[in-house]
Amino acid sequence: MIKYDLAVIGGGPAGMAAALRARECGVEKIIVLERAETLGGILEQCIHTGFGLHYFKTELSGPEYAARFIELVEDSDIEVKIDTMVLSISDDNVVTAVNKTDGLLEIDATAVILAMGCRERPRGALNIAGTRCAGVLSAGTAQKYVNIDGYMPGKEVVILGSGDIGLIMARRMTLEGAKVKMVCELMPYSSGLTRNIVQCLDDFDIPLKLSTTVIDIHGKERLEGVTIAKVDDNRRPIPGTEEFVPCDTLMLSVGLIPENELSKNMGIEFDPVTNGPVVDELRETSHPGVFACGNVLHVHDLVDFVTKESQIAGEGAAKYILGGKTDKKYVKTKGINGVRYIVPQKIDLANEGDVELYFRVGDVHKNAKIIVTYNGQEIISRKRPRLAPGEMENVVIKNDMLKNFDENGIIEIQVED
Amino acid sequence: MSYDVAIIGAGVTGAMIARELSRYNIKTALIERCSDMAMGTTKANSAIVHAGFDAVPGTLKAKLNVEGTSIMPELCSVLHVPFKPIGSYVVAFSKDEIEHLEKLKARGEENGVPGLRILNSDELHKEEPNLNEKAVAALFAPTAGIVCPYELTIATVENAVTNGVEFIRNFNVIAIDKNADGNFVLKSEDKTIEAEYVINAAGSFCDQVASLIGDDSITIIPRKGEYMLMDRAVGNKVSHVIFQCPSKMGKGILVTPTVDGNLLIGPSAIDIEEKDDCATTADGLDGVFKTALKSVPSLTTREIITSFAGIRAHSPTDDFIIESSSKDDKFINVAGIESPGLSSAPAIGVYVCNMVIEAMGGAEKNVDFVPGRPAPVRFREMNTEERKALIEKNNAYGRIICRCETITEGEIIDAIHAPAGAIDVDGVKRRTRAGMGRCQGGFCGSKVVEILARELGQELDEITKCGGESKILFGRTK
Repeated sequence: MIKYDLAVIGGGPAGMAAALRARECGVEKIIVLERAETLGGILEQCIHTGFGLHYFKTELSGPEYAARFIELVEDSDIEVKIDTMVLSISDDNVVTAVNKTDGLLEIDATAVILAMGCRERPRGALNIAGTRCAGVLSAGTAQKYVNIDGYMPGKEVVILGSGDIGLIMARRMTLEGAKVKMVCELMPYSSGLTRNIVQCLDDFDIPLKLSTTVIDIHGKERLEGVTIAKVDDNRRPIPGTEEFVPCDTLMLSVGLIPENELSKNMGIEFDPVTNGPVVDELRETSHPGVFACGNVLHVHDLVDFVTKESQIAGEGAAKYILGGKTDKKYVKTKGINGVRYIVPQKIDLANEGDVELYFRVGDVHKNAKIIVTYNGQEIISRKRPRLAPGEMENVVIKNDMLKNFDENGIIEIQVED
Repeated sequence: MSYDVAIIGAGVTGAMIARELSRYNIKTALIERCSDMAMGTTKANSAIVHAGFDAVPGTLKAKLNVEGTSIMPELCSVLHVPFKPIGSYVVAFSKDEIEHLEKLKARGEENGVPGLRILNSDELHKEEPNLNEKAVAALFAPTAGIVCPYELTIATVENAVTNGVEFIRNFNVIAIDKNADGNFVLKSEDKTIEAEYVINAAGSFCDQVASLIGDDSITIIPRKGEYMLMDRAVGNKVSHVIFQCPSKMGKGILVTPTVDGNLLIGPSAIDIEEKDDCATTADGLDGVFKTALKSVPSLTTREIITSFAGIRAHSPTDDFIIESSSKDDKFINVAGIESPGLSSAPAIGVYVCNMVIEAMGGAEKNVDFVPGRPAPVRFREMNTEERKALIEKNNAYGRIICRCETITEGEIIDAIHAPAGAIDVDGVKRRTRAGMGRCQGGFCGSKVVEILARELGQELDEITKCGGESKILFGRTK
């Protein structure tokens, strides 16, 4: 058993930013455990640009964005173990991990930061009928084959789901010489960023078919085609709208799920909407000394926000390590009337700064208002020209407001059209 | 090559026959048209070891089911295949159905099924609290159990190969002739083998294979069954195999835990044209789910991990056909092996082996026969001390490839280099569970491709999902 002040699970953008900030705040013995062969997480395969506009005020590719943090980690005395998989975290924050060089590692950590990221929803979760041939894969897996391994996963492609990875891969496959026939989206709107729809589909004349889904998969050994159909308001296929589309590849970009198996096994409290832990403004979970940040907490649209959030978790962990456990009195947050969720789900009334609340809406709204209430009383109102489920929103709760709140009070955010 | 016996079809039946024959000094070839064993009817079924009360007394089905089920626990133990004797309930929802349970019980007793008992409503709901409250009684069969059919088949083939059987993949028999010595000559598109005896264990293709020697006596109607596999989170919704009262088309929709801790529901029953049409249908899956709700009303579609379809090799005779062909007595048909085929397979192996030995006028025992296979490494099931020792011995067990199921690189390498080992991604998946978890291979799929390519000395784009044209990659990027 080795003693550390802080163990960070995951060396992607979230884990690195959290570890670095904790170090800056004075935490001395920090270890980052990363399951891949390099630090950087999923950014390493995101070779397109668009990262860092908010945080660095410049446009970077994924590997460039990651490299800025990798360099800082390498220049610090933060310890890193790559190719290392965490198997469990005990009730008293002992992290058990495994790799080829150390074998089984047991790390007794004062605090733990969960930064495991997310995974893609697989085909099985959609329950699409048809055969189980080769050629059906998630957009992220395809991205790894193309950008990391240098191999083409297909030539004639249909993409189901207009999440950002799907849109990015539509462009990437086209640039590599594949024919991307269409992107089908079950919903009447895309869940991807507007800039990605313009730059990845419109610029390459790739049709985006809204309210359309794949209902059948054909092909004995390799995929030979898919049947698509229009869906009604209840997202059920409309008989008579079926169309066969020949293709050798079906790429799925149908949502991301935070990877919380470790956290679930610890018995941490969960938010059923985010599929991530319930956290306070320092990103501390219901388990004392265990913090969460990045896509393991809730799926983000931009890595810049992941970095910001992870720095908060790094500070939180530092506070816990250096200052010890304190009794907290919470006011709760809740999304209602069109707001799907809010992170953090609770705020400690003794918190000394302003608190930013991040949230997502469930539908597209134009010229709408965001209303924040405390125990039913409006405290903030903001006009927004456009709100979309694909884009994360935020509002700031000023510290002087917080001072007037009581334990068990509730802050609610809603959309007003 | 020339063999004493060629078995056509490496499903669970062919595998069991091969293993039994390997107890003797008989040169046996186990021939499979696909890239791996257990790819046909064996691959996708209910994974149930039936107690044996369904079959009509006096039939081969009745005899071999009860015998096979009694062999299964010991066989699984020596082959290191998980078998769980969890027992089964046939649930009645009305008075009429209780009468049916009585009939099944009487039939089972005539077949020699031990321990059958009818539970009243209170006993039933105490044992299975998630069962529909409208269930009024159930027939309990304590000898029923669950086993993974492809795991059993893989282990059996591995054992048979260790004992001298030759496993020949990708050999689709398209013609059978006789040579001057009177031996059969089996031809695929590009290969030929010879054998004195042929055993036709070709599953849903048994009729086509028999017709290659002019035997048109067999009819196989492929009958599709669709299933849904649900997350481990609901794996303990029921603790026994739950049947509804059977119909003409089969034993109806069942709800059962699997040996891996998931929950399985299914199958539908649709007679189909093509013998390898394993496509699921929206209507079929919808029907499966709705009917399963009758047994366990609290199931939700959110817990579905994947769905699949399998083929039953249904014979209109409604019994197993295990006999020498009328066209040639050295050609033995083992056809119509549908439910309870998996349960019966160990007994079919013994039965067919005895037929061959008798026809040969006896055979020498294989003194080197090893009944079991070494236990495969299962990192996820080990404790800390076992894991430490394992990685110290071989650090490939220290690298986790499949996150969801905690499968190590060492286990995947073992699966590739096992006797009759994995040569494609699905082969690795069936042997190790890599890719069977929640992400369905999203993360580990490409790593498995890399390991296969490295261990087999192939390029990444030569690796397939399941043989043939099921390639995963189409050459390099620009």
